[in-house]
Amino acid sequence: MNALEVEGLAVRLGGTDVLRGITFNLPRATCLAIIGPNGAGKTVLLRALIGALPHTGRITWAADTALGYVPQKLDIERDLPLNGRDFLRAKAALLGSAGVMQTEALHAVGLAEEVLATPIGNMSGGQFQRLLIAFALLGRPNVLLLDEPAAGIDAPGQAQLTEVLHGLQDSRAMTVLLVSHDLSVVYRHADYVLCLGRHGTCFGPPRSALTPEMLYEVYGQPLGFHVHHHS
Amino acid sequence: MSTIIPEVGSIALSALMATAAGLIGSFAIMRRMVLAADPISHIALPGIGIALILRINPLWGALALLLLGAVLIWAVERRVRIATEAVIGVTFAVALAVGSIITSGDQLIDALLGTPGTLTLREAVLGVVGSVIVIVFVLRERNALVVRLISPEIAMTSAVDVARLDLYFLLAFALTIGLGLRFLGVLLMGSLIIIPAAIARRFARSLQAMLVLSATTAVVSTVVGTYVASLAGRPSGPFIVMVAGGLFFLSLFRRREG
Repeated sequence: MNALEVEGLAVRLGGTDVLRGITFNLPRATCLAIIGPNGAGKTVLLRALIGALPHTGRITWAADTALGYVPQKLDIERDLPLNGRDFLRAKAALLGSAGVMQTEALHAVGLAEEVLATPIGNMSGGQFQRLLIAFALLGRPNVLLLDEPAAGIDAPGQAQLTEVLHGLQDSRAMTVLLVSHDLSVVYRHADYVLCLGRHGTCFGPPRSALTPEMLYEVYGQPLGFHVHHHS
Repeated sequence: MSTIIPEVGSIALSALMATAAGLIGSFAIMRRMVLAADPISHIALPGIGIALILRINPLWGALALLLLGAVLIWAVERRVRIATEAVIGVTFAVALAVGSIITSGDQLIDALLGTPGTLTLREAVLGVVGSVIVIVFVLRERNALVVRLISPEIAMTSAVDVARLDLYFLLAFALTIGLGLRFLGVLLMGSLIIIPAAIARRFARSLQAMLVLSATTAVVSTVVGTYVASLAGRPSGPFIVMVAGGLFFLSLFRRREG
């Protein structure tokens, strides 16, 4: 049973074809990494998938789908008079979910409850990113879409974040779609990879889809890459 | 209709309008609509002019055009997807120009700076109903507004109809301006929405604090300004804005922590 089926998806923005002919099926409880150079349409793809952009082609989510979305960059000022609690409470209220769910979401991302009293502008990049993921987890989604969740976070923070996501995927049988630039993360954690390139797309398990030729095709230049093997 | 509302009732009414202005202003400033408040209020001017030509209460003309303007901004922004402020700036500079041609003399001064004197019963009822609508809207929809503010995409995945919320917000914003025109006039109403919110933002560390501080500052400015104006026997608008502006400059002395 597939969590998501996409067929012939195309998005046109401002007279330009940003995406064309995207077709793939994503089984439930798997992790899809979306890669590609800047401007390839990774964010546009996520936004089209959640229904925030007009598109042609077919996007079919499983009937019981509940989406959680973590955007890449927020177009907000950092000195907003809002703290973490305002954030979570607002969404919890919209979904009519109980306070226990907020605690659960915080626990899942490893964020201390005290942090919630901090205005968002005073949070570190890692704290804020976790807050956004906790925010996405409210309402117990079974699909999580993340747009470069590791951007702006230091290396230990990134590793923790990857663990958090992996844990969620395992413990809650979540389907995860994430845009990532980190090919080692893609190799280690993704079940499937979708590459959006200059000359076409590829889809498949990382080891078969991400050949050096394909990476060259996608990024338009040779990419030195070493596959780590972890026991 | 010329029933005259007693002094106390008039002050209570202006406090209610100020509360609406403070609340809608909190979200306007967080959504970076600071510069929009003034131009939007200018569209009331041609409405006032048309109403005077048709010999109806200028307030109706102003309100009608303000609400129409809100729908226009909403539609243009959805279609063109350029910054709201550019759309607002251009549209309403034109409105101001048209309005100043069809309004004249004392009427123009009244429209720009607020009409001194007492309210009719009809105006008072409109003020109460309008203020309550705005206050209830902001308080009821505050969660959706917060999530919308953070990210429209997140709002969409949280069962918020973003387009409709945006329209309602603009309508509430326009309505608030319309309510205050009688007291503050076209030129100054935008500032009663913005200045208290700007002050609150310097101190608030949570949404609740923001809303409470902003509404309180707006009410204090309005009541004190109206009182001083009545002592001086002058229109209240400029005094209200002077009090609010004075509080804003005072607030600059407090260093923001963190």
